Amino acid sequence: MPSIIEIRDLSKVYAGGTTALSEVNLDIAEGEILALLGPNGAGKTTLISIICGLVTPSAGQVRVGGHDIVSSYRAARALIGLVPQEISIEPFERVINTLRFSRGLFGKPRDDAHVERVLRALSLWDKRDSMNKELSGGMKRRVLIAKALAHEPKVLFLDEPTAGVDVSLRREMWQVVRELRAAGTTIILTTHYIAEAEEMADRIGVIDAGRLKLVRDKTALMQEFGRKRLTVELTGPLDALPASLEPFELALSPDGTRLVYSYDTRAERSGIARLLAAIASAGLSVRDLVTEQSSLEEVFLGLVEEQA
Amino acid sequence: MNWLAIRAIYSVEMARFFRTIWQSLASPVLSTVLYFVVFGAAIGGRIQSVEGIAYGAFIVPGLIMLTVLQQSVSNASFGIYFPKFIGTIYEILSAPASFLEIVAGYVGAAATKAVLIALVILVTSFFFVGVHIAHPFWMVAFLILTAVSFSLLGFLIGIWAKNFEQLQIIPLMVITPLVFLGGAFYSASMLPPFWAGVARLNPVLYLISGFRWSFFDLADVPVGVSLFAVALFLLAGLFAVWAIFRTGWRLRG
Ligand SMILES: Nc1ncnc2c1ncn2[C@@H]1O[C@H](COP(=O)(O)OP(=O)(O)OP(=O)(O)O)[C@@H](O)[C@H]1O
Ligand SMILES: [Mg+2]
Repeated sequence: MPSIIEIRDLSKVYAGGTTALSEVNLDIAEGEILALLGPNGAGKTTLISIICGLVTPSAGQVRVGGHDIVSSYRAARALIGLVPQEISIEPFERVINTLRFSRGLFGKPRDDAHVERVLRALSLWDKRDSMNKELSGGMKRRVLIAKALAHEPKVLFLDEPTAGVDVSLRREMWQVVRELRAAGTTIILTTHYIAEAEEMADRIGVIDAGRLKLVRDKTALMQEFGRKRLTVELTGPLDALPASLEPFELALSPDGTRLVYSYDTRAERSGIARLLAAIASAGLSVRDLVTEQSSLEEVFLGLVEEQA
Repeated sequence: MNWLAIRAIYSVEMARFFRTIWQSLASPVLSTVLYFVVFGAAIGGRIQSVEGIAYGAFIVPGLIMLTVLQQSVSNASFGIYFPKFIGTIYEILSAPASFLEIVAGYVGAAATKAVLIALVILVTSFFFVGVHIAHPFWMVAFLILTAVSFSLLGFLIGIWAKNFEQLQIIPLMVITPLVFLGGAFYSASMLPPFWAGVARLNPVLYLISGFRWSFFDLADVPVGVSLFAVALFLLAGLFAVWAIFRTGWRLRG
């Protein structure tokens, strides 16, 4: 699939001297959902802000739909919708007017039918004539999403769209995101909720301290790290693994009382039955069995801690 | 040109003005009436006429200029400071719009408001004094040029300001004194020669002089010089805004 966003050697050092991004390279395919994960201050918002024209890069290039974000900023920005992390909204304006304003600002002629579709999709149609300041926090966040969609962007940035949003509303937003993706919109979202990334994304990127640590297909990532571990606790310690257990590639704990077997949850046969049979025929007796699954969260924490 | 962006900004700004139209008009009209009462009646009782013009009529152009300058600066500075303050400026900065389009929207709206208020004051003054306008076309031209120039200045102040105090201080500490010292209520020829020379360093003098010429056909400085001064002011403002958007000063991180 062609890349709609190409990021090359992008770095940002803020005026105060903070290095927020270091040589980030990333290609985002048209139509995918990319989730960016990373701890506070990792540089997620900075990355988005540069692409959207809110922050000037210190080095590197970004192209959106083939247009350089500096030299062809008009063409690049016309493709982008941005939902910022902070809720910033004109308090005295009516909901529907803020959408019309956004559309005009992005150079699109008035289209009440489209504005209505967007408002309905975000369950805001009933609130169209309310003043923004009369809305709840979750509603305001949806107005921001609606504003970003008012000019029919091809790329949508959602900077922590579900922070401070209740569970049912979160599900509703995920649904909206899925529908957008089905309509061909590319979506880049940042989140602190691993479950959200796991649920929504096609690919997951992890940023830490301004560096892009990894970008991987979610399914590949889950497969790679979505392995299960079976720990077999023995009644007595072993000095060495019996030769008959070698094919299972077990790890023996230092004190010799535990055998750790890793297997793929997606594989047709886990091999557990064969392993237990082999253990029994090797004359070992089992005290207990424990299985654990590594989650994306562990993967993520592992990566971040590795750096620290 | 992204005309739709200009229109979007312009109409939102004008909508804000019309939402509070009575407040927007009441305060300038009230203060103008006060000026007429105080300057026209009290001082006008002692100064019969200036260069052959009844004092009450003589101060009309100065009064209008005072209001246009104050309104232009405060409308435009607030117009851009408010989205900066509440954070909605992200949308303006991420839009496919050039600095010219953004400025055209904000400055255009601020200048329109200032001109509208000026016209209301002009009409108000008809109730107090007989005002004859010698060059109506130039009167309107000066009004618009001045409103646009000072709205640009206000726009710059709004970008520069980091808090509400800074937003207020320039109109209060700079604009109002310059207007008073620029001959709003007297002719520079009434000053002693030394102070008349100093007064000529005041850019506002040229605006008021040119504007007064459009009413009474008499001026402190040649009208061509006045026009040149306004044009210079306008260009300087445009250049400053261009430079700010180019460097992102106080706008982009
Ligand atoms: N305008 C700014 N001026 C100076 N430093 C900044 C600015 N904005 C962000 N930073 C710094 O840049 C780094 C990255 O910040 P950024 O907002 O991109 O992180 P983030 O990944 O979005 O974090 P969070 O998850 O908390 O939103 C931080 O160290 C932050 O303090
Ligand atoms: Mg952030």
